[in-house]
Amino acid sequence: MEIEEPAPGEPLPILVGHSSPGRLERVLRSGQFAVTTEIAPPDAADAQAVFERASVFDGWVDAINATDGSGANCHMSSVGVCALLTRKGYATVMQVSCRDRNRIAIQGDVLGAAAMGVTSILCLTGDGVQAGDQPNAKPVFDFDCMSLLQTVTSMRDQGEFLSGRALSYPPRVFVGAAANPFAPPLDYRPLRLKKKIDAGAQFVQTQYCFDIQRLKQYMAQVHDMGLTEHCYILVGVGPLASARTAAWIRDNVPGVHIPDEIIRRLLAAHNPREEGIRICVEMIQAIREIAGVHGIHIMAYRQEERVSEIVKDSGVLEGRVPWHPGMAKCLIH
Amino acid sequence: MYALRQWSVRNARVLEWVYEYFEGFMMALHPLWILIGYDRIEGPIRATERRVKAALFDCQMCGYCVLSQTGMSCPMNCPKELRNGPCGGVRENGFCEVKPQMRCVWVDAWEGSGRMRDGSGIQRVQPPLAQGLRGRSAWLREVREKRDLGFFGTAGQ
Repeated sequence: MEIEEPAPGEPLPILVGHSSPGRLERVLRSGQFAVTTEIAPPDAADAQAVFERASVFDGWVDAINATDGSGANCHMSSVGVCALLTRKGYATVMQVSCRDRNRIAIQGDVLGAAAMGVTSILCLTGDGVQAGDQPNAKPVFDFDCMSLLQTVTSMRDQGEFLSGRALSYPPRVFVGAAANPFAPPLDYRPLRLKKKIDAGAQFVQTQYCFDIQRLKQYMAQVHDMGLTEHCYILVGVGPLASARTAAWIRDNVPGVHIPDEIIRRLLAAHNPREEGIRICVEMIQAIREIAGVHGIHIMAYRQEERVSEIVKDSGVLEGRVPWHPGMAKCLIH
Repeated sequence: MYALRQWSVRNARVLEWVYEYFEGFMMALHPLWILIGYDRIEGPIRATERRVKAALFDCQMCGYCVLSQTGMSCPMNCPKELRNGPCGGVRENGFCEVKPQMRCVWVDAWEGSGRMRDGSGIQRVQPPLAQGLRGRSAWLREVREKRDLGFFGTAGQ
């Protein structure tokens, strides 16, 4: 396979039929099983911290999501993290939440981010402010994820702002959304995915999957509706550190469904942390077999250094080495 | 009132029917509204609309009513004011992430839509709310827009 080494910050060419020059879109459209992950944004005005946190994923992931105040906690912004990562050539997925900014700010950020080399944007509603460290903040929610999807898509395809004012150069981005197959109303969730696709979603990354049966039911419905032909689906996974953490996440993190069986397994384990990794690897292998799944999204909060091992043990890359900074150099020597 | 709001969702079909007739009635009075002046009638209509809809739906007067597409569950009661469906934070019991004592308005909306004769509106993508409409009468805006469109439609032929 030909390795294209981009000049840092410079975009790759846009292939025919692609919306963006990004590597994530290339991997998905070529039919390969994609792996994405999430970087923990630092609580520091420090570029080096971002580079260090990204480097642990080198060679194991196709794109890195930069979270936007996840859990309504304040960290370095997703625009900032992405601006730094694109300098090194990383493929980023910039998360945009509707919680903190209005339509004027968000559209401006989309342009700025695309100009700095962001090639994928994930449109999210965002957690409520009550979930985070600053519950007295004003919740904005001027857009919701659906109107955000529609706006970013029309900025790209129609080349105009929501107001109709023309852009002289549109943002060439691959547009994504989140999906939660595990939250009520369960029978509405596939229809909700359809609505997101109608609004412009080209890929989705799901909430953590710990319940493979529920995922299978969802995927069967989504597949029957023909949605997997219009949208790439990356299923969210992650290692649980202990039974206590799992119970805490279940009770305190909105929208995460963890069956009792998983918690029992962690409780019974001699080394819960290793058992958590094993559960994650098994989950990925089971997900890989489900028709219509195009990849996985690993959210290994506070266990980012274990992502490489998880991907390796799951075997989903089948020997493929995703691009990382300095890769061409590695191949020459 | 929360109990009445729940009643409205349970009786979404009846309310859908009532709304259809009411809309026809308001549309028929368009010449009268013009005679009085839409701006002059806005005050009294708005006051009535606010009382009726506050009682039935806990209406927040967003000015752009979508109840017929949300199973008669007002989306502005969602703490995130989501107008396009439930977020991913809905609790296992179908209650709200932000207000754990309240059922998710979109869980209600999905049930209400199922009871309506035409519940397909829930799949329509709603544009972001025009914030300038807040506090204004949605009824009059709707009538005026529809009649104006009708007028221009005829004029164009």
